[in-house]
Amino acid sequence: MPQLFKRRANAIANAAIMGGVLIFLGACGVVYALGRSDYWTRKEEPLAQPVPFSHEHHVAGLGIDCRYCHTSVEKSSFAGMPPTDTCMTCHSQVWKDAPVLQPVRDSMQNGRPLRWTRVYDLPDYVYFDHSIHVNKGIGCASCHGRVDQMPMTWQEQPLYMRWCLDCHWQPEMHLRPLEEVFNLSYASPKNQFLLGTTLAEQNHVSHDGLTDCYTCHR
Amino acid sequence: MNVPDETPVVAPGYDSGSVTRKITDVVLARPLGRGWLAGFAFAFALLMLLNFAIGWLLIRGVGIWGINIPVAWGFAIVNFVWWIGIGHAGTFISAILLLLHQDWRTSINRFAEAMTLFAVACAGLFPLLHLGRPWVFYWLLPYPDTMGLWPQWRSPLVWDVFAVSTYATVSLMFWYVGLIPDLATMRDRSAPRPLQFIYGVMALGWRGSARHWKRFKMAYLLLAGLATPLVLSVHSVVSLDFAVAIVPGWHSTIFPPYFVAGAIFSGFAMVLTLLIPVRKAYGLQDFITIRHLENCAKIMLATGLMVAHGYITEMFMSWYSDDKFDIYMTLNRMFGPYAPAWWLLMFCNVLVPQALWFKSIRTNPAILFVLALLVNVGMWTERYVIVVTSLHRDFLPSAWGIYHPTRWDWMTLIGSFGLFLSLLFLFLRLLPAISITEMGKLVLDKKESRQQ
Amino acid sequence: MNMNTWRSTDELEDRPAFRDWLQREFPPLASEWTNEASRRSFLKIMGASFALAGLNACTRQALEKVVPYVRQPEDLVPGQPLYFASALNLEGYARGILVESHEGRPTKIEGNPEHPASLGASDVFMQAEILALYDPERSKSVMNGLEVSTWDEFLALVVQEREKWKSNGGIGLRLLTGHITSPTLLSQIEVLLQEFPNAKWHVHEPLATKAPQPIYDVGKAEVILAVENDFLGPGPAQLKYARDFASRRRADSGATKFNRLYVAESTPSMTGARADYRYALGPRALQEFGTALATEASLPSWGVPILADLTRNKGRSLILLGDSLSEEVRQFARNWNRPLQIAQPLPSNGDSLSEFMQHVEAGKIETLVILGGNPAYDTPVDFKFAEKLALVPLRIRLGLYEDETSALCQWRLPEAHPLETWSDARAFDGTATIMQPLIEPLYGGKSAHELMAALAGNAVVSGYEIVRQYWHAQHAGDDFEKYWRKSLHDGVVAGSAGGKSSPFAPSVRAAASGSGLELVFRPSPSIRDGRFANNAWLQELPQPFTKITWDNSALISPATAKRLHLSNEDVVDLKYRGRLVRAPVWILPGQADDCVTVHLGYGRTHAGRVGNGVGFDAYALRTSDAPWGGSGLEIVKTGLRHPFATTQHHQSMEGRDQVRVGTLAEFQQHPAAVAQVGEPAPGGDETLYVPIAYKGHAWGMAIDLGACIGCNVCTIACQAENNIPVVGKEEVARGREMHWIRVDNYFEGAPENPRIHFQPVPCMHCENAPCELVCPVGATAHSSEGLNQMVYNRCVGTRYCSNNCPYKVRRFNFLEYDRNPFESAPVLKLLRNPDVTVRTRGVMEKCTYCVQRINRVRIEAEKQNRPIRDGEIIPACAQACPAEAIVFGDINDPQSRVAKFKASPLNYGLLAELNTRPRTTYLAKLLNPNPEAEKT
Repeated sequence: MPQLFKRRANAIANAAIMGGVLIFLGACGVVYALGRSDYWTRKEEPLAQPVPFSHEHHVAGLGIDCRYCHTSVEKSSFAGMPPTDTCMTCHSQVWKDAPVLQPVRDSMQNGRPLRWTRVYDLPDYVYFDHSIHVNKGIGCASCHGRVDQMPMTWQEQPLYMRWCLDCHWQPEMHLRPLEEVFNLSYASPKNQFLLGTTLAEQNHVSHDGLTDCYTCHR
Repeated sequence: MNVPDETPVVAPGYDSGSVTRKITDVVLARPLGRGWLAGFAFAFALLMLLNFAIGWLLIRGVGIWGINIPVAWGFAIVNFVWWIGIGHAGTFISAILLLLHQDWRTSINRFAEAMTLFAVACAGLFPLLHLGRPWVFYWLLPYPDTMGLWPQWRSPLVWDVFAVSTYATVSLMFWYVGLIPDLATMRDRSAPRPLQFIYGVMALGWRGSARHWKRFKMAYLLLAGLATPLVLSVHSVVSLDFAVAIVPGWHSTIFPPYFVAGAIFSGFAMVLTLLIPVRKAYGLQDFITIRHLENCAKIMLATGLMVAHGYITEMFMSWYSDDKFDIYMTLNRMFGPYAPAWWLLMFCNVLVPQALWFKSIRTNPAILFVLALLVNVGMWTERYVIVVTSLHRDFLPSAWGIYHPTRWDWMTLIGSFGLFLSLLFLFLRLLPAISITEMGKLVLDKKESRQQ
Repeated sequence: MNMNTWRSTDELEDRPAFRDWLQREFPPLASEWTNEASRRSFLKIMGASFALAGLNACTRQALEKVVPYVRQPEDLVPGQPLYFASALNLEGYARGILVESHEGRPTKIEGNPEHPASLGASDVFMQAEILALYDPERSKSVMNGLEVSTWDEFLALVVQEREKWKSNGGIGLRLLTGHITSPTLLSQIEVLLQEFPNAKWHVHEPLATKAPQPIYDVGKAEVILAVENDFLGPGPAQLKYARDFASRRRADSGATKFNRLYVAESTPSMTGARADYRYALGPRALQEFGTALATEASLPSWGVPILADLTRNKGRSLILLGDSLSEEVRQFARNWNRPLQIAQPLPSNGDSLSEFMQHVEAGKIETLVILGGNPAYDTPVDFKFAEKLALVPLRIRLGLYEDETSALCQWRLPEAHPLETWSDARAFDGTATIMQPLIEPLYGGKSAHELMAALAGNAVVSGYEIVRQYWHAQHAGDDFEKYWRKSLHDGVVAGSAGGKSSPFAPSVRAAASGSGLELVFRPSPSIRDGRFANNAWLQELPQPFTKITWDNSALISPATAKRLHLSNEDVVDLKYRGRLVRAPVWILPGQADDCVTVHLGYGRTHAGRVGNGVGFDAYALRTSDAPWGGSGLEIVKTGLRHPFATTQHHQSMEGRDQVRVGTLAEFQQHPAAVAQVGEPAPGGDETLYVPIAYKGHAWGMAIDLGACIGCNVCTIACQAENNIPVVGKEEVARGREMHWIRVDNYFEGAPENPRIHFQPVPCMHCENAPCELVCPVGATAHSSEGLNQMVYNRCVGTRYCSNNCPYKVRRFNFLEYDRNPFESAPVLKLLRNPDVTVRTRGVMEKCTYCVQRINRVRIEAEKQNRPIRDGEIIPACAQACPAEAIVFGDINDPQSRVAKFKASPLNYGLLAELNTRPRTTYLAKLLNPNPEAEKT
């Protein structure tokens, strides 16, 4: 009876076995990497907006404070999106006829609100509260980055649960003096841990409960 | 074990050649019989039924089943435990009996192992299907996720994942390694080239050299050693799903041994249920002799008695504990809404096996077949009683409820038979159902012992 | 009406009403919802099975829009709710409310602490009104016959009519309304009747008592005898009475001297359940007892100590009688009670329906305007209202729904919901509330005020102006603006209490007599007189004692059942005075023998998808001369069966000590003897592990069984607060109701007249929670403050936690309940509480102690760097409870109210012997028996 397989069949067989294992591991690796990729989390991906609003221009350029538009950030879970008439307070005088601002003027005339695209979109089962973070010394920039350097706004952080927990596990590493909260260019000092610990003392930031499920999920 | 007066494990007048021919012919020579086609068609139809039931389940949710609060576990878990139990005989026969040098096992171990694999496959379905959100089943696996979370190691369900998957893997390897030499034989004996090729690939280039045999023996023995503790571990872990809970009727330390015994009990019952028709259909009476059936029957009797002991201990303990909830649970099983199920299981699992004390019955295939069927039913009912009657009336009477399976429950159960049988029919058709090498060896040993 | 009943009950026989209307109304949905896979193609499903399994997790999060205001209201802070004071009516009587509003959507109703008829608590109807507001089936457009018309076209008609009326002084103009207390509306009617002296105003209120009783100070009463009078049950003054009653039943609050309650009644009521002595008697026997009481002659032996007890406490004792007792007995009672009388009842508008019917028959009526109500459904059957209405040429209806009455009127005007309109109303004691709208009419409805104004020829004026003008007239003077704002803010008009007393109109009614089986009519505890029939929350609310949902039944006593060979779910024909209704039977312990109780309000035909065909129509047996029942009932077994969906199948305690009861005397002798029974809980140190120390807050709850009146409001308040779905009769029948807090109901003792116990059961938040250690993914875990957390988005749905929960308080989303016919209407999304996740299919859920409220308060406190005050966090159930039976707080703070409750010797943990260490505990119930009565 003739030989069924050539000599190299052995090599092929071994290769096949090895290959199978490698492909499987590779697939796992791809999934793992994709899940953490900026593509997946939309990190640093500038999003198209009805009006090409530039934080860089308004914040850095004109020095407008965050709270001028995001009025409820200190009072409420929701930071607040400026109603059209906030825009019009200035833009009824400056850039009155700029074509890019047409949607704003339309909205004012026909009373139909602007529809911005959410840049920071947490899942609906996550209950984030701006006011408590701002009042306890977490700066805007800690999550939103240097919006004063963003011509178009993008998401600065991956917003994994893990990323949230990193801070909730050790808030000291991220606390800043209350007066620095809205200072986008604030840089944390060398001795952040010491500073953070004292600030935690002052502002009653306690560890216990910070990582309870119910702190964010209900 | 070679007591002369014993009925032989192989009918006289065979040499290794004829053994090989007889076994391989079942696959290679025999034409595609009408019986096989009919059987396979039936099994496949059931398999499609399962597919249909699963499809609707994924569309609508587990609400299509009869489960509710308080009875949040129903058929799915019952079927899971039952199938897993059946999956025990195979490894028991091949591993433990191998280590104990029970030569009679040789002609049925291959078959039993196959059965084990298919049963585990069926069992594996249910824990996934019974999830409210099956598509996130992988959260039960420990892997580095973006949430900074891990499985909850105190939960028996996590232990299950490992116990069952380990068992499945090891049984598969054990079965396959055992197959290698036979696959080579098939390769050599099959005429058409593609068939040769396929068997050849599966045989992993076995040439039957002394080195091959040495390694083969070593590997097989090691795997047997590995598999042996698993026979005990798997169902112990499964039993912990219940024993760890505080539900009266579940919360009992006797569960692990009593589940393992029950598993082997039902496993052998299933072996008999399948062997008896198969040996008849393929005329393998000479290899799967009355002695095999009788030994299986003996093991059933032994394990059956252990199970009965389990029942009695359970009842005694609930009385002895003087725990009002436990006592009520026991009475409720006997006289409550689900009493018929309890009496049925007592009949099938305790009364019926007593017939096996008589050699005349142990050696009568027909009766054994019926008896084995009854035991299968009984063991399924046992799991039903454990799961449902314990849950439906626990601590607060205000929260008591009742459970009625829906047609979808039944479809899933019956469908799982379809999966099992389809695989079995394919196995009978494509692979040697009896280990050629071991049989050949057996015949040689016998010859030598006779010559001396 | 008989015909309807026949038909609908027969339909009920074929298949559950829910499935029935579902398939009628929602052909597409039906295939989604019912289990009929057959209609779907085989391959499609098999394909989908794999697709579904795969795709689910593998999609990038879709981009979302964020939409700011164009002009943002000043007082509105996005993300923070606002609260507005208003009121809701029950039979015309106001109960004050505070409504929570998120970005302009009303989401939750709470009681108004300032309001005498609420005192901060609420009843099931108040809670459910928020669902009624959004009900997608409210009438949406002005209809003229089959034509869709407009408000203006209607006004044109009114103009013509007015010309006619001006000429003839309004002959043939008739107004038919329910009971009205609204000062503005009353004055508007007055104005109209002045303008058209020949016009007439008729009133029909199906549950109105013929002679309204004065308001008594239940809190001051030492001894109370209630005969067929359910003063703790649903009604305009329930919340006040329950609060006062409970204040005399607390062992903790220092009220060492309990009041004592005797109840004689035909069918178990909330009042009867709280009685120290309860006697189950049929109406005849009750009437005899009443007469004997009044005449002090031939008093039954058991009655003697009662009368003695009452007499001993004369001046501090009350005799409260039901409307079914004869007038002379009621007169006797009024005299007896006078010392404890705090207010006269409001002037009843009088009931002139019989007169009205005569005019109809005489053809005297040309134009009929029906404001609200539903006379075509709930008027006495002998009036044949429905058929005779055709004799009126022009019929105009203002109503919330296209109901039975609308179906008989040419002009149908959509009515605005009380939460959509300006109006006002008086409470049972006369206190007026100005009702303010929280939202523009969703379906373009008009208020009764606007309609009346139109009839008075002043169509342009808005509801706001009408109400404001009225109150301006009441409070002239330049500080009116201040007065108006204050009244609106407080939800009560200062100094408006004390209705003008009015002479009683004693109704001459034959006292119950005759022989044979007796029939008793009661309003449904869930849907009242039928006006709430289309409210799914109320339909699915388990009725007290029977725990039946989505049905009414013929309630009979065990003995009678045995005599007539009836068992639960048997369908019988009720033959009464030549009329017949087909009804399923329910055997109720504590029901008087030979006496059948039926609940009104069911068997609606034009209620809407929810209410249609649910139960049978008991009005079909109700006649004008015996509105509360009478003798001569016949029961004929039909051999048919009707399945009920009950939420509690076992109402015996099985010798387990879930509910612990003792007497005041026992408690005073050995405080521990009452509650500290059974197997004790293991000590906290009996463990190999390091006991967890809760350093910060440790939330806990105590439920006082001595105060609970079993009114169910906790259940429905929780449902409203936590976005809990309605699942429908079929799912309830399968044991899948979703209520997070249930009120268990146990019968103790002989079935003829058992003791009745209530036990609200929310999640116990066990410190050693059995559910936690069996969850394979840690979806339920313990918080640092001792909450047993349930994380929906982590749950994979093994349901192991529910199996291992000894209290069975966990609820599972067996199907996508948010897409079921009760929840799927888009408008209902406005109703959702934005602070609570809407759960998806396949996840477990349960009571969270209203963690969204805990977090809100904590964040506010943290921002102000101050500790959380005791009583600052109130879960929905506790806030709604009229008896203040539920107390929540920090058990680490010894000064907190909950800590004090738990310190009481009456405090015990449910199944604590299992070492679950529950955070929710109970205070045992104390009875106050009468030594003399014990002797007899």
